[in-house]
Amino acid sequence: MQSWRNSTGGIIDRSRHLSFTFDGRRLSGHPGDTLASALLANGVHLVGRSFKYHRPRGIVGSGVEEPNALVRLGEGGFVEPNARATTTELFDGLVASSQNRWPSLAFDVGALNSVASGLIPAGFYYKTFMWPAKAWTFYERFIRRAAGLGQAPEEPDPDVYEKRFAHCDVLVVGAGPAGLQAARAAGRSGARVIVADEQAVPGGSLLAEHVTLDGVAGQEWPESVSKELAGMSDVTMLTRTTVAGYYNHNFLVAVERVTDHLPAGESALPRQRLWKIRARQVVLATGAIERPLVFPGNDRPGVMLAGAVRAFANRWGVRCGARAVVFANNDSAYRSAIDAADSGIHVTTIVDCRAEPRGRLVEEAQSRGIDVMAGRVISGVEGRKRVRGVAISTMDDSASAAVTKECDLVMMSGGWNPTVHLASQSGTRLAWDESRATFIPGDAASCQTSAGAAAGSFGLAQCLRSGALAGTEAAAQAGFDGETPAVPEVDGDTGDGALDLEPFWHRPASPRDGKAFHDLQNDVTTADVALATRENYVSVEHFKRYTTTGMGTDQGKTSNVNGIAILADHVGSSIPGVGHTTFRPFYTPVSIGALAGIDTGGELYDPVRRTPMHAWHAGNGAHFEDVGQWKRPYCYLREGESVDEAVQRETLAARTGVGILDASTLGKIDVQGKDAAAFLDRIYTGTFSTLAPGRCRYGLMCHDDGMVFDDGVTARIADNRFLVSTTTGGAAAVLSWFEEWLQTEWWDLDVHVTSVTTQWAAIAVAGPKSRDLVSGLTTTDLSPDAFPFMTWRDADIAGIPGRIFRISFSGETGYELHVPASYALALWQILMMAGERHAITPYGTEAMHVLRAEKGFIIVGQDTDGTTTPHDLGMSWLVSKKKPDFLGKRGLARPDTLREDRKQLVGLLTEDPREVIPEGAHVSPEPGAKPPVPMEGWVSSSYMSPNCGHSIALALIRRGHDRMGESVAIPLEERTIRARIVKPVFFDEEGARLRG
Amino acid sequence: MMLIPCPWCGDRIDAEFTCGGEAHIVRPDPATASDAEWADYLFMRENPKGLHHERWFHAHGCRRWFHMTRDTVSHRIVAVYAITESAPEATG
Repeated sequence: MQSWRNSTGGIIDRSRHLSFTFDGRRLSGHPGDTLASALLANGVHLVGRSFKYHRPRGIVGSGVEEPNALVRLGEGGFVEPNARATTTELFDGLVASSQNRWPSLAFDVGALNSVASGLIPAGFYYKTFMWPAKAWTFYERFIRRAAGLGQAPEEPDPDVYEKRFAHCDVLVVGAGPAGLQAARAAGRSGARVIVADEQAVPGGSLLAEHVTLDGVAGQEWPESVSKELAGMSDVTMLTRTTVAGYYNHNFLVAVERVTDHLPAGESALPRQRLWKIRARQVVLATGAIERPLVFPGNDRPGVMLAGAVRAFANRWGVRCGARAVVFANNDSAYRSAIDAADSGIHVTTIVDCRAEPRGRLVEEAQSRGIDVMAGRVISGVEGRKRVRGVAISTMDDSASAAVTKECDLVMMSGGWNPTVHLASQSGTRLAWDESRATFIPGDAASCQTSAGAAAGSFGLAQCLRSGALAGTEAAAQAGFDGETPAVPEVDGDTGDGALDLEPFWHRPASPRDGKAFHDLQNDVTTADVALATRENYVSVEHFKRYTTTGMGTDQGKTSNVNGIAILADHVGSSIPGVGHTTFRPFYTPVSIGALAGIDTGGELYDPVRRTPMHAWHAGNGAHFEDVGQWKRPYCYLREGESVDEAVQRETLAARTGVGILDASTLGKIDVQGKDAAAFLDRIYTGTFSTLAPGRCRYGLMCHDDGMVFDDGVTARIADNRFLVSTTTGGAAAVLSWFEEWLQTEWWDLDVHVTSVTTQWAAIAVAGPKSRDLVSGLTTTDLSPDAFPFMTWRDADIAGIPGRIFRISFSGETGYELHVPASYALALWQILMMAGERHAITPYGTEAMHVLRAEKGFIIVGQDTDGTTTPHDLGMSWLVSKKKPDFLGKRGLARPDTLREDRKQLVGLLTEDPREVIPEGAHVSPEPGAKPPVPMEGWVSSSYMSPNCGHSIALALIRRGHDRMGESVAIPLEERTIRARIVKPVFFDEEGARLRG
Repeated sequence: MMLIPCPWCGDRIDAEFTCGGEAHIVRPDPATASDAEWADYLFMRENPKGLHHERWFHAHGCRRWFHMTRDTVSHRIVAVYAITESAPEATG
């Protein structure tokens, strides 16, 4: 039963019924309804509990400004918390529930906070739970549970989202009277126009007006304009689209709610679409938001914005109550009172704080039998879950003058705030306008104009004119000339929009009055402002954070100006003197899904790179790990084998038989040009100009501060050509580093660099049987004399044209075979077949790590941390003393890099050879020392070595090179490991295997 | 979300670029530079409120470095010039 719905009026389709539930209760509404209008049509006012005090709360507004009516929508993965009932379009089957209450909305245990409210003023949590410091972790659990409004959904979001870019000459934000006129003007000039409006249909405030424009009903006029716009090929009208962010250079972000108004899963279209719009010119026709009044009990269900009551009556044919009292400080409330009365609400009284309200609207209200009480204010509200009556008194609160009036609806209007959020986000400064008592946009910071109510023009005719001019001007600025469209003749307007407003911010409250809220969503009262002032939080930015004014999901749309005004009063300043806080994106909350875009958690989230042999790995038990974007086999699991067991087996096999590793992900950069050698001499700490073609050399790269940032083997291909190899993770950074120096400093060098990482696949063959295996596949002479360590040859490998490098990261006799990527899988399979007689073992990255750690070979980024020099690594032999300059040379001579107590790379052997130290563990000097124990360094690599038969570790330890043999302690949470500092090489120290 | 006029590719969104920080820093002669001069070159950067000469890299485009003079408050782009050029006179 929609007993509060009128039988006529509004723009809803009464011929169809939509069924929905609220807290499990089945209700019905009509197409055209929002959840809020449907709830009110069913007489439901109590829709939630407040944030802090759990006070019963009702619907306050009719649109985006709503602070109270936040509900949870949907079920399962489709759940959306904190949805505004006032902007949620009704559909058949919609499921909504109230939030922030337990066990039920009508009886909420948390409401005890309300009883104890004197104990929890602003800053309560900061002050109370500061001491003792350790107890915070205990308090936090309870506070977190009690805090927050809605609950986040617990299942993954099953919806699809998408993003798109768009460019236009003129972006019109808002399709109310001003926006439609602007769009019309810009569209007619031939400019490329995008119009975005947050509602389902264009029209804005006109949808809630009883006026005619050029003889057309105000509620129908928008449709006639959108028809005209639809006929223009360069105009795009986006409805259900909120422009939420305004960034530099006229870049705006909008969220289009494509299927939110449809039952979940009904449409194949994405749920939401994020528009990234670059506009030459922007017209902000974002309208205005009505300001509540601050008085004791102003949060009780049934206390609503006057304009919202009017909108519910005019647009949705809903009466918000039976008997209303209006509280106003301006003329616009009279228009609302008149329309409310015309819709069948018995409006008994207008309480007007102005001493002498007068004019056409006042007379019209009085002619309907409404009692106007001038110079009066509402001083209290009766009723808890619904207003039952109000106390009315004089401004000075002389008790003798107080009267009470029975009512179930209070309509309040404290004036209007232009919606300046986007203008402010763009950097436009706001100016305080004394006559309208509000902030309006000042000089635009970018190619932008505000029009209509957003610019402070509240009259309908003024909006229409201002929009037309703004649209024409914006198009002209973008290079399109057109005529300004005529302003339609308005009949039934409220006048010129002058509110004749007399500010009323608050009356100094006494405790007996009860709470007067200026921020409903965050439960902030005038008493909190007084407290903040007493405690000297008087800067507006401090005040905001201390009291949390405007920090809810509504971002203070109804609370900010009132809060600032009350603060100004307390500190004895003016409103412009106090100033306003910065408006930041987003205007309304934006779902994470929309920002993430398509495929929020799946394969497309980040590119996945696979080597040419990936399918083979996957088919042969590979347990993959992510290395940057690459998928690399960590190890290959055999039947019934654990990861640790596989790593041990593979590590052993590479030193006893033959192992092969897919090394294709290593970065490879082709460096060419007549100055290529000179270039590499400047880049590396070592010398490459002396390297003969056919030979390879290992090198370290430092930034100019002397810190190691990448390493690898470089081969000289020809006099003017080198192949530089980099770490897998460093490939992109090294290429960028080369390009940066070549372009910005050394543009005189004739050098060209390009990445060939994915052109060449690489297979490392390692182990005592590696020569035997590879020599069976090539005619190239692999004998140590003919093909010594650190050389390379062009070769035919099993019929594939490639290169053989005699290099090794495992410390074994080994070869790296490079072939064009498309041959790599074939070569891998050939090697596996040919290696069968040696029980060839594919090994993964972890075995590679253990093998290299056994040899003390570093991994940049694991055994270095950006503060590690070649000397710290014990690799001074790689730093040229002859070259006059290279990147890092001077840096290595700075006093800080010469300090003797730097952290240096050493090996660690644990007292218990079976114990593996956790990587990242801190190293301290004296076992059993009392806290605070000095941190002497940290463990960078640590493994069980099957080839050594004990655990091994690398660590960076202060003055480590001078502390060989010293004992150190590695304190862990539950125990302390003892270890001895040793040289960072554990296997084949003399390198016989490497060179053999 | 600036619109950056790459000298080679035209107007592109800033997400395609990497900012290389303050421009026109001269690398001192390492043979003669004092520790203080070298530290200044390595670590010290201007952080002006207002016009700033910067190096930018069109990483997801032509991969060319260029100079740009930008107002750090309004993000107004005053000049774009080659990486081999010195700062235009008029832009402070």
